[in-house]
Amino acid sequence: MNLQQDLAPTTGDEVIENYTINFGPQHPAAHGVLRLVMELDGEIVERLDPHIGLLHRGTEKLIEYKTYLQALPYFDRLDYASPLAMEHSYVLAIEKLLNLEVPLRAQYLRVFFAEMTRISNHLLNIAHHALDVGAMTPGLWLYEAREDCMGFFERASGARMHTAWFRPGGVHQDVPLKLLTDIGEWLDDRLPRLFEDAMKLVVDNRIFKQRNVDIAIVSREDSIKWGFSGPMIRAAGIPWDIRKSQPYDVYAKMDFDIPVGTRGDCYDRFMVRVEEVRQSIRIMKQCLSQMPEGPVCSDDRKIVPPKRAEMKQSMEALIHHFKLYTEGFKVPAGSVYVATESPKGEFGVYLVSDGTNKPYRCKIRPTAFSHLQAMDFMSRGHMLADTTAILGALDIVFGECDR
Amino acid sequence: MTHSAPHMEKPKGTVAAIKKLLGKDLVSVDEANGELALHVKRDALVGVLTQLRDECGYQQLMEIAGVDWPDRDPRFEIVYFLLSLTKNHRIRVHVTTSEDVAVPSVTGIWPVAGWLEREVFDMYGVLFSGNEDLRRILTDYGFTGHPQRKDFPLTGYVELRYSEEEKRVKYEPVQLAQDFRSFDFLSPWEGADYVLPGDEKVIKSNEPPRGTPPQVNDPKTTDKPSQTGAGAAANVEAKKRTVRKPKAVKE
Repeated sequence: MNLQQDLAPTTGDEVIENYTINFGPQHPAAHGVLRLVMELDGEIVERLDPHIGLLHRGTEKLIEYKTYLQALPYFDRLDYASPLAMEHSYVLAIEKLLNLEVPLRAQYLRVFFAEMTRISNHLLNIAHHALDVGAMTPGLWLYEAREDCMGFFERASGARMHTAWFRPGGVHQDVPLKLLTDIGEWLDDRLPRLFEDAMKLVVDNRIFKQRNVDIAIVSREDSIKWGFSGPMIRAAGIPWDIRKSQPYDVYAKMDFDIPVGTRGDCYDRFMVRVEEVRQSIRIMKQCLSQMPEGPVCSDDRKIVPPKRAEMKQSMEALIHHFKLYTEGFKVPAGSVYVATESPKGEFGVYLVSDGTNKPYRCKIRPTAFSHLQAMDFMSRGHMLADTTAILGALDIVFGECDR
Repeated sequence: MTHSAPHMEKPKGTVAAIKKLLGKDLVSVDEANGELALHVKRDALVGVLTQLRDECGYQQLMEIAGVDWPDRDPRFEIVYFLLSLTKNHRIRVHVTTSEDVAVPSVTGIWPVAGWLEREVFDMYGVLFSGNEDLRRILTDYGFTGHPQRKDFPLTGYVELRYSEEEKRVKYEPVQLAQDFRSFDFLSPWEGADYVLPGDEKVIKSNEPPRGTPPQVNDPKTTDKPSQTGAGAAANVEAKKRTVRKPKAVKE
């Protein structure tokens, strides 16, 4: 027998070179069209380069060619998991430039449905985060509650997702009383039951904790440096919520708590979202009990088109309707930056007007941009399988990231 | 304040403190719409932003936006959005630049600026000196041009399709089934400062410019009540007619 050692690479001290693998753009755990170029040392991630833009549709360019009202539906198509929150920033930006007052009932309705959007967005993210780390059942249960939300959006606006329901000056249509009572019952009984049942499966689950606790810890300093916002900055332990610190619409009248994390890992991000769903339920109940009767849209006829019934009676209303749907309204020259607390973080709109009926420039500040950029340093030193947990906890939607 | 957009109070003495701190680097301060915007010198940008972060408490860089003003010189405006978590206040910092002048990169102050600058470079072609990773970010691999510039057409230059014959994705020049239509709905009688096509034949040089009221030699005025046509005779005439009340408008 030959005593000389074989030259085949079986020994432990063999140097293995780093290799690069490609993750996505078509991958169920990529949450859309994300391509990650990963440099791996064995199974440890050494470097990670996200390639985005595969869903770039030129929204900002298109908006420059549309009137202010025509540009509104583009916002539904940004973060398609929380369309009303996207519209919210845009209509508030227009109202700020016009200095337009919104009736109280419309403000309540906006907050009410913005919080419902937050619930439906978090249900989706919680479900997918759990699914990404191997828990399938919560997803199936949470989708049931999300489907209820979709039904309510449809009953309010006529569309399940692309609602275009928030308008400059208020909301497009009033909601029937039956819808509000139905949502009230749903908030009291069905949603907490479905949600808490599903959470029982994952929150204390040993496998779920093993996959998330201490994964991608982000310190407070890092979360500030990397421009984090929303649940991401709260999970790092900074109690920052635009709804609380810079209240818009009727958030100043709402009583709710801001959950914060203690360690800043993936588990904290998950738990912050879980608690935010409960807080959103609280806000929605307060809206229901406080919401006054009254108009749902500003009566400024130079901005808000008249009702159809009025149009049949009044010549002026007909003229206003025609002018508003062809020429649109003009917005005084100037620029504003309006940021609201979307379910994913700070969603901002920088609107530059040159005094005409079309925006001169509309810069959209996506939440995903800064979070996804930080994924490189968050993933370093973690295993390949952890990237799906990290990505799930980032809560990325590519319609918004790529615009 | 009547609008319901996010409400924040400007901390007292902010503007004076910033003016004192920045000195000559500050070109102008704009406080329109309740927002604070600083226009600063391009070369001093890194120093200004570091001072705003360290001494004024604007810890976070939320966004960098580009704006294209083709008529201005220099052409581009780059806007930095800062947020103070401790003071609960936002601030905008504006610099201007042109196509061939680089803006100093702020990646050294905030790492998040890396992608934000890449986006501005991709969309406007503005260069950032010091950004080591200035690749395109949102547009396609191998894309040419900078789509957010005002002189870039909305339809773009190339379109892409899968060619069944060649079994690959192909780029071809854009072919529109109908001409691109961009409607100008601004009313010609209020605010349009251009001459409508054909009007140049009619307008003569000695005529007053469009929009001024026509000159009347003998202006008609009503100085005395008797000239108005109102009076006893008109009242009698008016009583004969039954006045129909307008119907209440139903919602």
